[in-house]
Amino acid sequence: MSGIGSWKAEEFPRGAVIPESGNSRDYVTGGWRSERPVRSEEKCNQCLLCFIFCPDSAINVENEQVTTFNLDHCKGCGVCAAECPQDAIEMVPEGCELPGVNG
Amino acid sequence: MPTQKTLAVTGNTMVAEAIRQAAPDVIPAYPITPQTTVVEELSKFVANGRMHAEYVNVESEHSAMSAAIGASAAGARVATATSSQGLALMWEELHIAAGMRLPIVMFNANRALSAPINIHCDHSDVMGARDTGWVILFAETAQEAYDNTVMSFRIAEHPDVLLPVMSTADGFITTHAIDRAEIMDDETVAAFVGQYTPEFALLDTDNPVSHGSFAGLGGPYFEFKRSQRNAIDRAAGVIKAIGDEWAGICGRPFGMVETFGMEDAELAVVVIGSTAGNCRHVARELRAEGVKAGVVKVRCFRPFPAAELAAALAGVKAVAVLDRSESFGAQGGPLFLETCSALYGAENRPPVVDYVYGLGGSDVKLELIRSVYDDLSAIASGAAAASGLRYLGAR
Repeated sequence: MSGIGSWKAEEFPRGAVIPESGNSRDYVTGGWRSERPVRSEEKCNQCLLCFIFCPDSAINVENEQVTTFNLDHCKGCGVCAAECPQDAIEMVPEGCELPGVNG
Repeated sequence: MPTQKTLAVTGNTMVAEAIRQAAPDVIPAYPITPQTTVVEELSKFVANGRMHAEYVNVESEHSAMSAAIGASAAGARVATATSSQGLALMWEELHIAAGMRLPIVMFNANRALSAPINIHCDHSDVMGARDTGWVILFAETAQEAYDNTVMSFRIAEHPDVLLPVMSTADGFITTHAIDRAEIMDDETVAAFVGQYTPEFALLDTDNPVSHGSFAGLGGPYFEFKRSQRNAIDRAAGVIKAIGDEWAGICGRPFGMVETFGMEDAELAVVVIGSTAGNCRHVARELRAEGVKAGVVKVRCFRPFPAAELAAALAGVKAVAVLDRSESFGAQGGPLFLETCSALYGAENRPPVVDYVYGLGGSDVKLELIRSVYDDLSAIASGAAAASGLRYLGAR
């Protein structure tokens, strides 16, 4: 559905039907977030529970290692922080870069 | 060779026959007076094997329209019928059916809305649904109810339209009175209506799609609504073409706007539905007395045939609009507002007066219609048209 932003009325599929699959990645929902997750490399033991529990598949994993958060889709629910057995993830208010700082 | 049979029959039976002949796959329906005999006959057709449809007994009209939308999105040809409070109960889903561009065909037996409770004819129900995006056709007789319903399937499923269509007839007056009507043979109707091939079917697992998507927060909702408006505008040409095609088969002319005596009329009455017959009768009598009286019947209300109506009224001196519904707080009834809009850009802009009549099935006697022409006669000869709404026959 690329180019959707410039489509004219008659260029959309009839009746708002979505005829292709997997396009929810184009729908950026991270703008709703008021808190973002910040992970401590030292505390994290790479158990991947956060990856399993994240309802938005917003935890990026490479070579079975958590790398970063996909902030285009993380809506800041905090499930990852709540589930982390190592307390390695902290939710910080948007706009604050460092853990432990409550802006 | 198309063959027709003449029947002494009610409007509801003719509608049920039209739906049977169009062979819908699914009929979700709930009985409500005075539509009841339509769905009773359809359920009998299914039970007796005269038609092969999935007949879904639902617990309310809300569910009837929900099931109709689900079945239509799945790819089925769907028909149902309702009336009055039932139509009102469907209201939110009328918008969904139109927005999802589902070619559902629904018959509505025009009936008053509560309160107070009333089961008789007026147009309050269908006029309440006039902005939901449905194509709306009005019938005067059992014959027109049949013809409109047969055509509804073609109009709804036309690729340039793909919108739900409401075929309506006046409760009890047209739905229950025995009328003379011609029914076409099954094969001819089946060939005329044809097969329905949905563009996007939920049950087409080879081409999966998602229906009912979200388009908010700066999404393309506005564009979808604009495409819906384009579709109902295009429906005008489609309805005319399909009306002409059906007229070629059955021999009965179809007009979005149908006129009587308008070639030289000075006094015109604009009317919808069963009252048109009374108006023609009075106009005929007046013509015998030398009064140039005419009648304009609007057979298609959505899309509204504004240009045709303005053309029909081009030469008149005074116009009366008969509204069988209220538009509380407005300058007049729905048909009056549409007629004034249609005439606003016209070169000849005659005085237009509005009469609300026949609410809740109250009598529309010939004397009342004659009094309308008498008023028009006075207005045409210079009497100032009293502004405001006139109530015809109300104490």
